[in-house]
Amino acid sequence: MLDPATTTLLNVDKVSQTYSTGSGESRKPVLEDVSMSLRTGEIVALLGRSGCGKSTLLRIIAGLQHPSEGTVTISGKPVTGPAEDVAMVFQSFALFPWLDVLDNVEIGPRANGVPAGETRERALKAIDTIGLDGFESAYPKELSGGMRQRVGFARALVMQPKILLMDEPFSALDVLTAETLRTDLLDLWQEGRMPIKSILMVTHNIEEAVLMADRILVLSSNPGRIASEIPVTLPQPRDRLDPPFRALVDQIYALMTQRPTKPAVREAAAVGLALSLPTVSTNSLAGMLEEISAPPYNGKADLPHLADSLGFEIDDLFPLGETLQLLKLADFEEADIKLTPLGKRFVDMDVDQRKKLIGEQALANIPLASHIKRVLDERPSHRAPASRFREELEDYMSEDYADRTLRTVINLGRYGELFAYDEDAQTFSYENPE
Amino acid sequence: MLNTIASAGRRVLPNQWDLIAFAAIMAVLTAIAQSYHGISAPLPAANQPVISLDYSNLPYYALRTALRMFAALFFSLVFTFTYATLAAKSRRWEMVLIPVLDILQSVPILGFLSFTVTFFLGLFPGNTVGAELAAIFAIFTSQAWNMAFAFYQSLRTVPRDLEEVARGLRLTGWQKFWQLEAPFAMPGLIWNTMMSMSGGWFFVVASEAITVGNTTITLPGVGSYIAKANDEGNWSAIGAAVLTMAIVILLYDQLLFRPIVAWADKFRVELTEGQEVSTSWVLNILQRTNWIRTGFRPIAAGLRSISLLPIRLPRILPAAKEENLESSRVLDAIWILLILAVAVWAAWLTIQYIATGVSWDEVGHVFVLTVYTLIRVFLLIVLASVIWVPISVWIGLRPRWAEAIQPIAQFLAAFPVNLLFGAAVSLVLAYNLNPNIWLSFLIIFGTQWYIVFNVIGGAAAFPNDLEEAAENFHIRGWRWWWQVILPGVLPFYVTGAITASGGSWNASIVAELVKWKDHTVVAQGVGSYIAENTDKGDFPKIVLGVAMMSIFVTVFNRLFWRQLYAYSERRLRL
Repeated sequence: MLDPATTTLLNVDKVSQTYSTGSGESRKPVLEDVSMSLRTGEIVALLGRSGCGKSTLLRIIAGLQHPSEGTVTISGKPVTGPAEDVAMVFQSFALFPWLDVLDNVEIGPRANGVPAGETRERALKAIDTIGLDGFESAYPKELSGGMRQRVGFARALVMQPKILLMDEPFSALDVLTAETLRTDLLDLWQEGRMPIKSILMVTHNIEEAVLMADRILVLSSNPGRIASEIPVTLPQPRDRLDPPFRALVDQIYALMTQRPTKPAVREAAAVGLALSLPTVSTNSLAGMLEEISAPPYNGKADLPHLADSLGFEIDDLFPLGETLQLLKLADFEEADIKLTPLGKRFVDMDVDQRKKLIGEQALANIPLASHIKRVLDERPSHRAPASRFREELEDYMSEDYADRTLRTVINLGRYGELFAYDEDAQTFSYENPE
Repeated sequence: MLNTIASAGRRVLPNQWDLIAFAAIMAVLTAIAQSYHGISAPLPAANQPVISLDYSNLPYYALRTALRMFAALFFSLVFTFTYATLAAKSRRWEMVLIPVLDILQSVPILGFLSFTVTFFLGLFPGNTVGAELAAIFAIFTSQAWNMAFAFYQSLRTVPRDLEEVARGLRLTGWQKFWQLEAPFAMPGLIWNTMMSMSGGWFFVVASEAITVGNTTITLPGVGSYIAKANDEGNWSAIGAAVLTMAIVILLYDQLLFRPIVAWADKFRVELTEGQEVSTSWVLNILQRTNWIRTGFRPIAAGLRSISLLPIRLPRILPAAKEENLESSRVLDAIWILLILAVAVWAAWLTIQYIATGVSWDEVGHVFVLTVYTLIRVFLLIVLASVIWVPISVWIGLRPRWAEAIQPIAQFLAAFPVNLLFGAAVSLVLAYNLNPNIWLSFLIIFGTQWYIVFNVIGGAAAFPNDLEEAAENFHIRGWRWWWQVILPGVLPFYVTGAITASGGSWNASIVAELVKWKDHTVVAQGVGSYIAENTDKGDFPKIVLGVAMMSIFVTVFNRLFWRQLYAYSERRLRL
């Protein structure tokens, strides 16, 4: 007999998800061969960067999306549509603005045929548990972000699910509110006051994952795979300043900067146009280099520390760091980011020199930038439409990514004065207004 | 943005779907004309109510007119909920329904009044119910397309997270419609309904007294009252009718629309407080009076229970996801072929019908007439813009003035100026003016106000810091107009001008041929061509005139207005 405490509630077996590219022919995977399970009594965090498919995975588990391949079972039953034993809490709260708090909480049971009287009873209990007493007749617009998310929790709890799914539930809240809500939720969980058996949460916040989860699954990007599984055995309540806590955070930072990016960067030239770029501004690139160069970091910064002092999440920090790495101005080293000699020189340069350097580095290291320049050189008119490059990119990536990549290269190209871009005509050229 | 044209964001150039839709619409109208051709000559003369110019009758007439509007509104809502929902939920239906809607918006339905009157009179021979329905149908056609478009667009933009909540909570189709989709679409739908209502007054007045062939049908209402006053040249009766109409529109606005708009604010999804909150004294009374609240509560609870009934809506077509891709493509092909066949047949029917009474020369003639009307509409929009844009900007930048004048402009847009056409023509007659020039102004009479209140709105919304920056850098004169304020208000201007242009085409049908006492004043154009042939009951010529006008309106809209709209949305929306 299995110990009930360790019963497997959820099983994800070799799930893959693909989307078709612009032409509709080749299919790119978002998730590839993901397997995982969730047992009774545990909180598991899916940690990954934006675009790694973690939210997609959560929606597949909830039965809101069908995986291209693989199966999901909850309590042994395969998931084919919106699943019965799960309830989801959304990043954006997703409350119906035209319903007051009580109606928002009641809509689930009412829609599923629970009698009005019983629904009311359950709703009031959930509202009481989550600390929303007195707000029953308020409309979502009257509430602060924290209170809105409490409604989101109450709406999920009233369904009496076995599994609570949380899609970055605290990331739209300010730091203080998020912390209060996390603590309240953990307290309720520890005291067993919620009618749920386990929690699966998606997050891009490393500290949040370490603070809350019993197990962390780190997802790699493009395609999303489970890169590693990290058990967290620190006793609750956890203290962010506790050295073992810091060590674990550092370890995960190192894991997330190294694994997925290093090989990718080394292959940049070989990857060619398939290299997708994040949205970054040249000002923040320069600002980041200056920040790392200045005391207390003096050229080498601990990533968690840097993120903290800049008020950055990893989705702000990593794209900047990686672009610097791509331009050979900085490098990741374990959980640190370190300026290269070139990066150090950049900091001391004046504006014109900086522009020149960024231009040179983009040309040397970003295949798309050199490709655009080559095409402009070859054409007698020295003009080329953006659509041409966009289509080339879409052979390798989704429309969104192609668009983003093109924007970033345009931005770097303009800053580095490699080429001009006319937004109205959607054309690259060398012509700048006289 | 609520105050945008629901359909204007759509693709720009006409394509095969538009042609198919066009053919289908014309064929339906042709079929109606054809099947009732026989009875069109001696229309069953019902026991016609006699319109009396006695003032004491006006409240009753006003009530009848208002009730007609109400009935049309009801049918428009029913149409919106079914048609738009079907289009939004089924990909295959969407391929057909949306282009049809798009073309219907450009068809000057006023030109088809004769058909619809014949059709409805045929349904209820010897009874005024037919004429009533025809009038209601005319109002319906001025509202329904726009409302359905707004609703369809909302259904397509339901926020993904709310959609996921609804699915995650396993709401059935019925529950989802009433809990999520309809509430979400509510603000846009109500705004568009209110705007369409303005056009509706114009139609109700035009359709209450209409002559087809030898038969004149009059329904008790303000429109018929005015028609009679025009016949008699009775100025004081016209004055009384204008006043009555003004009161009716004001009451409609204050008692029906303001409360609903204010109430619908709660359906807005943007979760920020503030912005411009609509208020309505009627709503305040309703919501703050205890016994009214208590009375409404069981009704609200009952409706809520109904909206939560676990009814599964029939699935019109299987969802694409679960389908085999191959078989789906085959089905698509069959579907498209079917539509094509219907369209070709429809086009054939129409051409054949027109050919029975019309020569090629006639087609050329109508083409030239339509060009005249096009020039007329275009020049007048330009003229109205040149005059009104500077004035509206001036007003809009002064909040106190804007607050006072914008509702007036909105009211003037709703006011059915066709009430005044006869009176205006008496001036043309008195001073012996050239009708080709002076009747043109009637076209823009009622529609110019759309430009006014939209531009006032735009100028009022112009960011204060930009205004201050312009002042700080001493940007003045022409430069200020061209580089600061005109780009700032262009999106709003275009919204107003599109509405004005559409309304003007319709107005040309009643404005190019006007009667006053026993005089008839005619301006050369497709509008007067349609009106004349309506009087004669010459159906093939009406079909030709309306078809030609529809083609012009559609092409003009696509090639000019939508390009301008797309440009201003892309580049200038702040």
